[in-house]
Amino acid sequence: MKEILRGFLKIDRRWIFLFVLLGVLIPLATGKGLHHSYPGNEVKLVYNFIENLQPGDIVMLSMDYDPATIPELDPMSRALLRHCFNKGVRVMALTLHPAGAGICIAVIDELLAEYSQPGINPDGSERPARQYGQDIVFMGYKPGTDAVMLGMGEDVRLLFPQDYAGTEIPPYHGDPKETSLPMMCDVKNYNDVKCVITISGTRMPEYWVAYAYQRYHVKIATGVTAVMFADYYPYLQTGQMIGLIPGMKGAADYEELINHPDRGMVGMLPQSIIHLLIVAFIILGNIAFFIVRREDKQEGKKGGKKK
Amino acid sequence: MKNKWLLLLIGIGMAIVVGFLSKFTFYSTGEGENMVMHNWLGLTAAAILTLGIFTFLYKDNPFYKFAEHLLVGSSAGYTLVIYFHNFVRPNLIDAVVNGFKKVGEMQSAGTYNFVDSILKNGGIWAIVPGIMGFLILFRLSRKLGWLSRYSIGFYMGTAMGIAIPVAFQASIIEQVRGTILQTATTTPTPVFNLDFFAALIANPSWSAFVLAVSGPLVIIGIFCTLIYFFFSKEHTGVVGVFSKVGIWFLMLGFGASFGATVMARISLLIGRMDFLINDWIKGVILPLFGG
Repeated sequence: MKEILRGFLKIDRRWIFLFVLLGVLIPLATGKGLHHSYPGNEVKLVYNFIENLQPGDIVMLSMDYDPATIPELDPMSRALLRHCFNKGVRVMALTLHPAGAGICIAVIDELLAEYSQPGINPDGSERPARQYGQDIVFMGYKPGTDAVMLGMGEDVRLLFPQDYAGTEIPPYHGDPKETSLPMMCDVKNYNDVKCVITISGTRMPEYWVAYAYQRYHVKIATGVTAVMFADYYPYLQTGQMIGLIPGMKGAADYEELINHPDRGMVGMLPQSIIHLLIVAFIILGNIAFFIVRREDKQEGKKGGKKK
Repeated sequence: MKNKWLLLLIGIGMAIVVGFLSKFTFYSTGEGENMVMHNWLGLTAAAILTLGIFTFLYKDNPFYKFAEHLLVGSSAGYTLVIYFHNFVRPNLIDAVVNGFKKVGEMQSAGTYNFVDSILKNGGIWAIVPGIMGFLILFRLSRKLGWLSRYSIGFYMGTAMGIAIPVAFQASIIEQVRGTILQTATTTPTPVFNLDFFAALIANPSWSAFVLAVSGPLVIIGIFCTLIYFFFSKEHTGVVGVFSKVGIWFLMLGFGASFGATVMARISLLIGRMDFLINDWIKGVILPLFGG
């Protein structure tokens, strides 16, 4: 028994990697996901904010992430866009990450294809087809984080004279019939958007709070990777952020709230299995450590008596 | 040395070939179905490189090294191109070229003299930050490295000037205020509020309990953690007790961060496995064998 316990303490870490691999592979190969998620309060705050917006309201969605954080952040972007499209909320999308443009285009194209026909929302209400230019515009990437955030507080046209495809942004309060981007006739600066939602795997939300919220008092909601979300709770508690979507769990929560299970829900099953596995390994390792230590001490005492 | 150049050439050649071939698409999904275009070569290359990175879990090997270096090199190259096309070209090259064109037009029209026409064209002035940016490249020279200090000094000065007031307000003033008051509510209330205890006694519930104890916990946690970092007095006696409580709060914080880090890293693994199983095996490999 003691040798088995000692074996636990000296186990080759590659065996643990193998267990983790199997814990991820098996649920993904079967395509099963969690049926339900229990949304946290911070996610509900974002959901409720968008839920209470009126059709035609505009939100700014800044997808500030790169391929390294796609598994956690892409499901959030999709869930948020679905919610906005269901509600008829218009979206001005952009990215402040150099590697973000391709990701944004992929997400927006996929969602526009999904909403290319009139349909019925999960709550039973009817919705028309969503179109680029009318319901969403992608501005592309612009370098110079703080300068861009400050510049958009004056006029977005200073930073983005064209959208990502090179179409000229129409003048503020221009004639919507004379442009293929009629949505942008209603946007000049932060005063015209209800909130900025930043999805980020970097420190970008801090910049949004510092430059956009502190200076222009625009509401900020954020979706971040799990490794970062503990850092942003203080901003939520102070009211500098209106809501927070933390990691893959947050994405699964949002999918639950909009009643549209997707990659977040699918990812949470292997996520839960691996967490249980890690907890089990920690408990086993600790039990083995304490038993072996106690037995070693007892043997040491016996050895001492013999002397 | 000769081998290094050869390896460099092979690497560049492979990058060009892979980039060129990944544009092509090859096979249909079956008889009578529409041609479904799959970028199978790109997906297969990505899958092989992913597996190459995973081989490090067994032990370090040349396959892993190749994948790692390819990632670093392609990331740097991609970022350089993105910055050039989004920043240098429109803000410097185009601005200066168009500025000089306008100066030429003004000169030929005779509306302004030379100095006035330059002053009227803001685009030309982009040449000043352009030169300052170029000076930073002198960091590579030991003799002329001092030239870069002017640009770096200017950049640091302006960046600090813009950042310090807003960052001070957002990350210090508001956070201190949030430690004292519940500022997220419509009417800010003190974090430590005896009314919460009265509400708990009058109507005991879990939420009332959390509301009542969270304030005192925040105060105790902050006080004890600050004591832990107070090194002007030896951590014995009462100071030692407070310091130990501070360690407990720190450990709780680190534990929460560690749990979150595990979740984030597992999410990345899930993302890669999802790609390998659903995009590559189910999307590319199985259809090749009629699956």
